[in-house]
Amino acid sequence: MARANGRNSWATPTRAAERDDPAAGAAPRRKILEVRDLAVSFKTYGGTVQAVRGISFDLYEGETLAIVGESGSGKSVTIRAILGILTRNARIVGGEIRYRGRDLTQLLEDEFHDIRGKLISLVFQDPLSALNPIMKIGRQITEALQLSLGMGRVEARDRAIELMRAVAIPEPEKRFDQYPFQFSGGMRQRIVIAIALASDPEILICDEPTTALDVTVQAQILELIAELKTRRNLSVIFITHDLGVVANVADRIAVMYAGRVVETGTADDLFYDARHPYTWALLSSMPDLETREKLFSIPGAPPNMLYPPAGDAFAERNAYALRIDHDQHPPFFRISDTHSAATWLLHPKAPRVERPKVLVERIARIMERRAADELARDE
Amino acid sequence: MSSPAMSDATGDALLDVRNLRMHFTSGRGTRRVHVKAVDDVSFSISRGETFGLVGESGCGKTTTGRTIIRLYNPTGGQVFFEGHDISGRLSPRATRLLATKMQMIFQDPMASLNPRMTVEEIVGEGLTVAGEHRRSERLKKIHEMLEIVGLSKDHANRYPHEFSGGQRQRIGIARAIITEPSLVIADEPVSALDVSIQAQVINLFNALKERMGLTVLFIAHNLSVVKYFSDRIGVMYGGKLVEIARSDDLYRSPTHPYTRSLLSAIPQPDPYSEKRRRRIPYDPSQHDYEREQPSYHEVSAGHWVYCSDTELQRFANAGT
Repeated sequence: MARANGRNSWATPTRAAERDDPAAGAAPRRKILEVRDLAVSFKTYGGTVQAVRGISFDLYEGETLAIVGESGSGKSVTIRAILGILTRNARIVGGEIRYRGRDLTQLLEDEFHDIRGKLISLVFQDPLSALNPIMKIGRQITEALQLSLGMGRVEARDRAIELMRAVAIPEPEKRFDQYPFQFSGGMRQRIVIAIALASDPEILICDEPTTALDVTVQAQILELIAELKTRRNLSVIFITHDLGVVANVADRIAVMYAGRVVETGTADDLFYDARHPYTWALLSSMPDLETREKLFSIPGAPPNMLYPPAGDAFAERNAYALRIDHDQHPPFFRISDTHSAATWLLHPKAPRVERPKVLVERIARIMERRAADELARDE
Repeated sequence: MSSPAMSDATGDALLDVRNLRMHFTSGRGTRRVHVKAVDDVSFSISRGETFGLVGESGCGKTTTGRTIIRLYNPTGGQVFFEGHDISGRLSPRATRLLATKMQMIFQDPMASLNPRMTVEEIVGEGLTVAGEHRRSERLKKIHEMLEIVGLSKDHANRYPHEFSGGQRQRIGIARAIITEPSLVIADEPVSALDVSIQAQVINLFNALKERMGLTVLFIAHNLSVVKYFSDRIGVMYGGKLVEIARSDDLYRSPTHPYTRSLLSAIPQPDPYSEKRRRRIPYDPSQHDYEREQPSYHEVSAGHWVYCSDTELQRFANAGT
């Protein structure tokens, strides 16, 4: 625990402080990870699949960055590049990933051993396939401790039980000697989180950690991750396609489509003031509890990344597309210090367009409720 | 004894499920395990209605759907469909009724479509079973169905692997509606699909409901989707149907503690309310059914809760 305490001495704003101060996202904080123009391609029989086509984002210390996108948008490839676990046919064609003064794209496999699983850990989507079915739970945690931190058996056991307690496993001493099949889905995911935390990492990457879980269990896991984040001062990258989950966990959000980031901003920026038509479409295509009218649906399917389109990849499916969208990829337009989007609609010469009605109404409803809440709190 | 099925079982009930039981056993001797996957479940669905069934995984919602359509043989209870009992030994007539008038749509379109059959064979199989042996007639109907679900007739000669996830689910829907069923059981039809594709399929479902007057039993765990899509909702927990209500009613005044817990856990696309959300935990040991037997109580018109008399008192007090 010594190292964790050491890191905690860097004061970071707490979640509560961030929430009430909209400018907190803009405050100068320590960048822990910088991704610049990262591009990853895969060689396949059909040709070269350009899965990630030049994305940039930063991860600040103590924050949760959510990367949102559909399957095939390149979000999983991005985190695999960060962890150096891309498949053999993948190639990083350009860009860099800066972490602790080093470029992770240039590291050799041996050098990665000091980082992967120690400083940057990954929580997988499906806890059942992430755990070894014929190995006792305790051993799966101590394995990481003994191999990567060189702990002795007794010390590792104590530490493992401590970790199991930290992720709220009841009766950890008894559970230590059980097998994965004796655990429920939520409990298994807690174990996977415990293993990821074993070496006390700085960055925790969660790849759809709750997609395989029920809503009630999902809520518990999200609470656990949020709690661990504050207590251990973790920086979290959260990959998901569920916007409800994003609203819960994210401080900042990057929306990905067809291998590019199309919009980034704080959670409030994206949920209340989205600017990119793809973000609008994502937000308005899912019903909330008050939706009655016909859902906004995105026509067609994502583009084939063997032949990515020349202009904005979303133009084909976009009702708001301008002629230029089909020829030229839009640059990022800055909306505020924290918020920017890559769409020609933000160009000064672009025509003014209205957001989808469903979205406008939902935001109005939320604002109304929020105002009412604040009024009630003041009284 | 009053139950939600009996009170609602007016003339227009298309499906009437009464005390349905599906118990599974495995193992022998001391290791014999008895699982009550569906235990004493009663509800009815009127013609044209959409009934949503929600609950956590393992609560028995899928088993309920599969037992109704006779993928399993129920261990107890009765199911009436269009006035015929389809729960016991099936007469040839009842088998035919089940095969044509009740259809199912599955969660994973890749697993539920035979990879070696063309779309034409997959979609047309139901017609053959229903007794349509003229190929030209079948083909006409197949093409019509493909158009309805948003595919084209050029797709008829292709194989499932040539389609995207959303298109495959459309094939699954075309396959289900070609026999002009009156009841469609949709088991998690959109949860395997991407967000942008989910909305397409949900909208398609809604259009079909109107066009063909379908009655739907919608089984899902995504509560926002269920709320959007269903007229009435049943909440299942541990093989029991613990609450039934009109969907607005259920979300406005959930009564059973499990329903409350479930509703409090729904993620909403709104950071403000998400960061203030209070999850209500549910502990099934709070029910003391050793001393007092639970039964169905109607708390308001059409809103049923499965609980004991004492609990009913407590819920009523908590609600106000």
